[in-house]
Amino acid sequence: MNLSTADSGVLLVIAIMTLVTLTTRFGGVFAMSFVRISPRIESFINTMASSVLIAIIVPMAFSGDAGAVAALSVTAVTMLVVRKPLPAIAAGIAAAGLVRYFLL
Amino acid sequence: MMSDRSYPYCLEARKIRSEFFRLLPISLFVVAFGAAFGLAATQKGLAPLETILMSAAVFAGASQFAALELWGNEISLLPLVAVVFAINSRHLLMGASLYPMLRDVAPGKRYGLLLLLTDANWAVSAQEYQSGRRNLEVIVGGGLALWLAWIVGTWLGAYFGGLLSDPKSLGLDMVLGCFLLAMALGGNKSPRVLVAWTVAGAASLAAWKWLPPNTHVVTGALAGGMVGFFWTDRQSTTSSGETTS
Repeated sequence: MNLSTADSGVLLVIAIMTLVTLTTRFGGVFAMSFVRISPRIESFINTMASSVLIAIIVPMAFSGDAGAVAALSVTAVTMLVVRKPLPAIAAGIAAAGLVRYFLL
Repeated sequence: MMSDRSYPYCLEARKIRSEFFRLLPISLFVVAFGAAFGLAATQKGLAPLETILMSAAVFAGASQFAALELWGNEISLLPLVAVVFAINSRHLLMGASLYPMLRDVAPGKRYGLLLLLTDANWAVSAQEYQSGRRNLEVIVGGGLALWLAWIVGTWLGAYFGGLLSDPKSLGLDMVLGCFLLAMALGGNKSPRVLVAWTVAGAASLAAWKWLPPNTHVVTGALAGGMVGFFWTDRQSTTSSGETTS
């Protein structure tokens, strides 16, 4: 089935995208309301939560250019040393900019 | 079903305000990406107002860019739904991970604040929860900052074009990645978590290589979660015993 993108068709496309996205925002919480939170489930969702971040970042590093790799490594090292997010993020972005300016 | 239970989590207006300002710096970067989206969307033929409406209603950047890839005189419905769902399916896990806090919030407010759930404010809330602090205010306050920034950016891009000719050369495409990495490393790093990260990283890479596009986040996260399922932490076992009703 095809949707037209002329005139009000766009509104329908936006409505569908909104509905699908809302389903993802609500769905996980709604499903959890039927689950009894045992310590095992709690441990699962806590470990899963920090794994979400890793699962976003690792493919980003592998598919990215040297600038992306530099940004993530510098952020990681700075974060582990100074333990403050803002300097770590700033250093990472600066590293990406510098690597791209000088190397690419 | 749970009509007899009370909802002890009260969102504090003052904390919502301070979390709004806390995520304002990262929101400035979101403006730049909103502008990139606004420009790309109008180049595909969307009217500026339609572009802004999409950003306000959908509020999920990666999936909005992906929708533009499908854009033409017509869009086929199934690929659109599949791509938007796949990219945003991480919200399912993000929401689920906040459930131990969200179940203490009255349902109306619970689903209301989920409207503003996105990567950056979730990462802050999830990280603080790992450290034993309950912070749903950042979802509301921080989410509002990110949402407004996304709309303002889209508006600027739709009417005035991209703010920066090449945000990538300044490293700005890495802002969210660096932010999420800083959040991950700022959290709990027990051996169990490190094993989970290794499993999650390997699984997400394998999914990225061999599974259909946009499934790597959910695959990696669930794989990491399984480590926690089979290897429970004794400390969290005792503390969750008190809160389970």
